[in-house]
Amino acid sequence: MSTPATGNNTGQTNATGAVTEDKHSWPLWEVFVRSSRGLSHVHAGSLHAPDAEMAVRNARDLYTRRNEGVSLWVVRSDDIIASDPQDKSSYFESPKGKDYRHATYYTASEGVKHL
Amino acid sequence: MSHSHEQEIEDEFAGVGDTIASATRVTPGHALRPEDIALQDAPPAEDNAEYALWLGDDSLILAQRLSWWISRAPEMEEDVALGNIALDLLGHARSFLTYASKQWGKTEDELAYWREEEEFRNLRLTEQPNGGFGETIARQLYFAVYQELLYTRLVQSTDSTIAAISAKALKEVAYHVDHATQWCLRLGMGTDESARRLQHALNLMWPYVGELFQDEPLNERIAAAGIGPLPSSLREEWDQRVSAVIEESELQVPQAKAAMAHSRAGDHSEHLGYLLAEMQVLARKHPGASW
Repeated sequence: MSTPATGNNTGQTNATGAVTEDKHSWPLWEVFVRSSRGLSHVHAGSLHAPDAEMAVRNARDLYTRRNEGVSLWVVRSDDIIASDPQDKSSYFESPKGKDYRHATYYTASEGVKHL
Repeated sequence: MSHSHEQEIEDEFAGVGDTIASATRVTPGHALRPEDIALQDAPPAEDNAEYALWLGDDSLILAQRLSWWISRAPEMEEDVALGNIALDLLGHARSFLTYASKQWGKTEDELAYWREEEEFRNLRLTEQPNGGFGETIARQLYFAVYQELLYTRLVQSTDSTIAAISAKALKEVAYHVDHATQWCLRLGMGTDESARRLQHALNLMWPYVGELFQDEPLNERIAAAGIGPLPSSLREEWDQRVSAVIEESELQVPQAKAAMAHSRAGDHSEHLGYLLAEMQVLARKHPGASW
């Protein structure tokens, strides 16, 4: 199993550090399960499959055995563009201290009864 | 199946599952389980019991065959897929055998572990060795399509327990058909070698297809009582559906003759004894053991 950020772990790292596709194993897919109508699909894990149709079927067998879902999405792990962990500070620390971005920062006006 | 008939079945079994549900046993909805069937009062009539035994033995033996693949399939994901199918079949077997066993004052385990080879009634196709992955897929295609056609008819059985078991099993078997179909397409249109091997496998399993549609005296009585279809009445649709998959996979529908078979009378191929030895050894070495 792998997270999208690590890319395709079926590949092997060559001398230059680039990941090359291993032709003898199936590619990796990320699985998203929607647990009930009205909720969003949530990342459940990953699996190997030879193609998209088989990936959905394998996802059904691996991730919905215990009534977990009503819908499945699969996507090639390679097709996910992830943020770089090294960019964590420039990406995600800016909102800190900016309380005014939260609704709770504001006091409700007296005239608005049902906010 | 008409909606009202489905509703009748649901009503009959509604709530039964919940009476013995526990925190560790998740029983969402009213899915029928062998434990529920064991709790019901009425044992089946002799013919119904024998017929349920046939249905149960087919699923039991194929489940045992398929479970061999766990840890041996081409990929881990396929291990799970075949394991799931085996467990589905084991579930069908447990339900049918539990129902049948009540006629003879026995339990499902007594039927599974304490009968001898000649007492088993499974079709010869179900006991055929797994071979390579291709043989297993060929056997799956032939049997799953047969079972789907059969259960579709059994849903309307005059025997409400057989109808209820079949209604639940039918949804699972539809997936088994899909699994076998997907693999036929991929192996058939994969490489020259995968096509050659699947064609060989389809040819190898073909002689055991004839027996699926053989009408035995019990089948005549079962059909007359509205309990189940005559096997021969399923053949035409089976031929159409299996041929469609084989042709779409760019392979040839085998032409081999049917093998002589009387499995319903307990006459089995040499393979069943070894399968039973493995399946039964633990229960026989430690009678009454539980875990």
